[in-house]
Amino acid sequence: MKKTLFDKVWDSHVVRQVENGPDVLFIDRHLVHEVTSPVAFLGLKNRGIGVLYPERTFATADHNTPTINQHLPVTDPLSANQLNALEQNAKEHGISHWGLGHEKNGIVHVVGPEYGITQPGATIVCGDSHTSTHGAFGAIAFGIGTSEVEMVLSTQCIMQPKAKKMRINVNGKLNFAVTPKDVALYIISKLTTSGATGYFVEYAGDVFKNMSMEGRMTVCNLSIEMGARGGMIAPDEKTFEYIKGREFTPSGAAWDKAMTYWETLKTDEGAEFDKELNFNASDIEPMITYGTNPGMGLGISQCIPTAGEIDGGEATYKKSLGYMAFNEGDDMIGKPIDFVFIGSCTNGRIEDFRAFASIVEGRHKAPNVTAWLVPGSHKVEAAIAEEGLLDIFTEAGFELREPGCSACLAMNDDKVPAGKYAVSTSNRNFEGRQGPGSRTLLASPLVAAAAAVTGKVTDPRELMEETAN
Amino acid sequence: MAYDKFDILTSSAVPLPIENVDTDQIIPARFLKATERKGFGENLFRDWRYNNDGSPKSDFVLNNPIYSGQILVGEKNFGSGSSREHAAWAVYDYGFRCVISSFFADIFKGNCLNVGVLPVQVSSAFSDKIFAAIDEDPKTELTVNLNDQTVTIVSSGEQETFDINEYKKNNLLNGFDDIDYLLNIKKEVQDFAQNTPL
Repeated sequence: MKKTLFDKVWDSHVVRQVENGPDVLFIDRHLVHEVTSPVAFLGLKNRGIGVLYPERTFATADHNTPTINQHLPVTDPLSANQLNALEQNAKEHGISHWGLGHEKNGIVHVVGPEYGITQPGATIVCGDSHTSTHGAFGAIAFGIGTSEVEMVLSTQCIMQPKAKKMRINVNGKLNFAVTPKDVALYIISKLTTSGATGYFVEYAGDVFKNMSMEGRMTVCNLSIEMGARGGMIAPDEKTFEYIKGREFTPSGAAWDKAMTYWETLKTDEGAEFDKELNFNASDIEPMITYGTNPGMGLGISQCIPTAGEIDGGEATYKKSLGYMAFNEGDDMIGKPIDFVFIGSCTNGRIEDFRAFASIVEGRHKAPNVTAWLVPGSHKVEAAIAEEGLLDIFTEAGFELREPGCSACLAMNDDKVPAGKYAVSTSNRNFEGRQGPGSRTLLASPLVAAAAAVTGKVTDPRELMEETAN
Repeated sequence: MAYDKFDILTSSAVPLPIENVDTDQIIPARFLKATERKGFGENLFRDWRYNNDGSPKSDFVLNNPIYSGQILVGEKNFGSGSSREHAAWAVYDYGFRCVISSFFADIFKGNCLNVGVLPVQVSSAFSDKIFAAIDEDPKTELTVNLNDQTVTIVSSGEQETFDINEYKKNNLLNGFDDIDYLLNIKKEVQDFAQNTPL
């Protein structure tokens, strides 16, 4: 029978199928962070059981961590308590722990690939919905709840029905200044935040083939924002090149053996999907969101649609625009903004900071803007310095912070105040996501950079053309 | 974690006719700092329910004394966004045992099933009927029968069936969880792991 990439990886991890129930799925690698794990560890304690495979489990602190003065004790007692709990739990169960201050510390979905924990054909879970990021390597990766974290710790399995299969093809050549983030926001704007619910998505076509691994991670990361369990891209030379030589990547004979398997990880010709969608790369322009979910996005040169032009209820739509203090028909270009955030598991990798630097170089941060530049990991932080980007940022009036999830979900002090607008490269513009009352505009690092230097929503193409001339 | 068994529930319901209610609204991230599963109900819908100074917002449904009950009726795409199980805990801890919607986000639905909250997916038409019935009489009762897989508007007798897989149904009826099941097949898992190298 002809199989999709998803079928191949899923089916090879099914321990057993429960009659009229879910599959018991074996999990190769389990990533753990401080926020969604303490109750799971407590569950183990209450049951008097341990972690079955600590060597398949990796813990890092990221959601709750400060992004300045990480060498000092964490001042928020609740955050400190959670960070300590992770450290203690990891120690007790023999799990690698990359806590605050550890050289490998960073956002779980950034460090996983950086150290080769993420590999093609693997099943990877984490108590975090953006675990879909790892699908960029041809892994099945998805977010789970804390009960499932406890299941994986104790039995290395979860119980879930197999998702339906969707393939999204984007073919053609991307326009100038259109980044992987724009591709993802475009797809989500077409599907809505529930358009892929119940499905696991495979991304295919020229656009993803030509995309860097960092870009593929951005796209797969955002799969959950259209409701999908996860997204994946078939591994290719680029994937193998990326993972080769990393700490947890196999080497020698084990590499050759792995490659024999990895090279089979593609959808068979003629394999069937439950749904298949096609988009043209040329239709996509730099994107920005205007509402309170990631599906409420549009090309930056467009104006906000009227309630009549969108699917869904009018009351919900008006509530959303009311929260943002935007009006139907408003232009996005020129809207004043107060904060810029570049970082997160969506856009906190080196390529994102390169893009940001390409626009702010030779310009200066707008005086009305507070900017948070937060690398996804210490590795990214080091690369920013090595590549000279740090000098560009400093000259342009920006400061670089220390790694963590930061203002993406504002569990630490990086909070956008009520009523203020932030252009953010993160993944969610939900009400209060970046702090109670905060208003978020999701965009690419290029759009964020253009906003950071002009203090308002600005088409990055204008500045890029200016630079080129 | 253990939860109360679920079989038949007859209760009035709290209506929340807003689409795409995400888990950041159900429980904002700043309330995820606990290391125990306690007290999440206090912060259910925190920013819709309370002003910044902690005073209740009178226009939010949970602050309206005419609505009460163990059933929450949401609009489509309920529970989208983050995988935080804390959202399901908050719903349970507040006192809801059932959420009805015409469409659930995947992870939230799975989390509910794992913590003893029954997600009942109904048709849009039936969802509209439920909202209309509550609108007409805020004390209107609904009966959710897990054995029969039916939801009934008591006053009118209108009824619809809902889907749930046999395995999960059995878990909820008996208060079992997946770990009980998985621990019982540990040997099988370990054998499987032998052939699945790191």
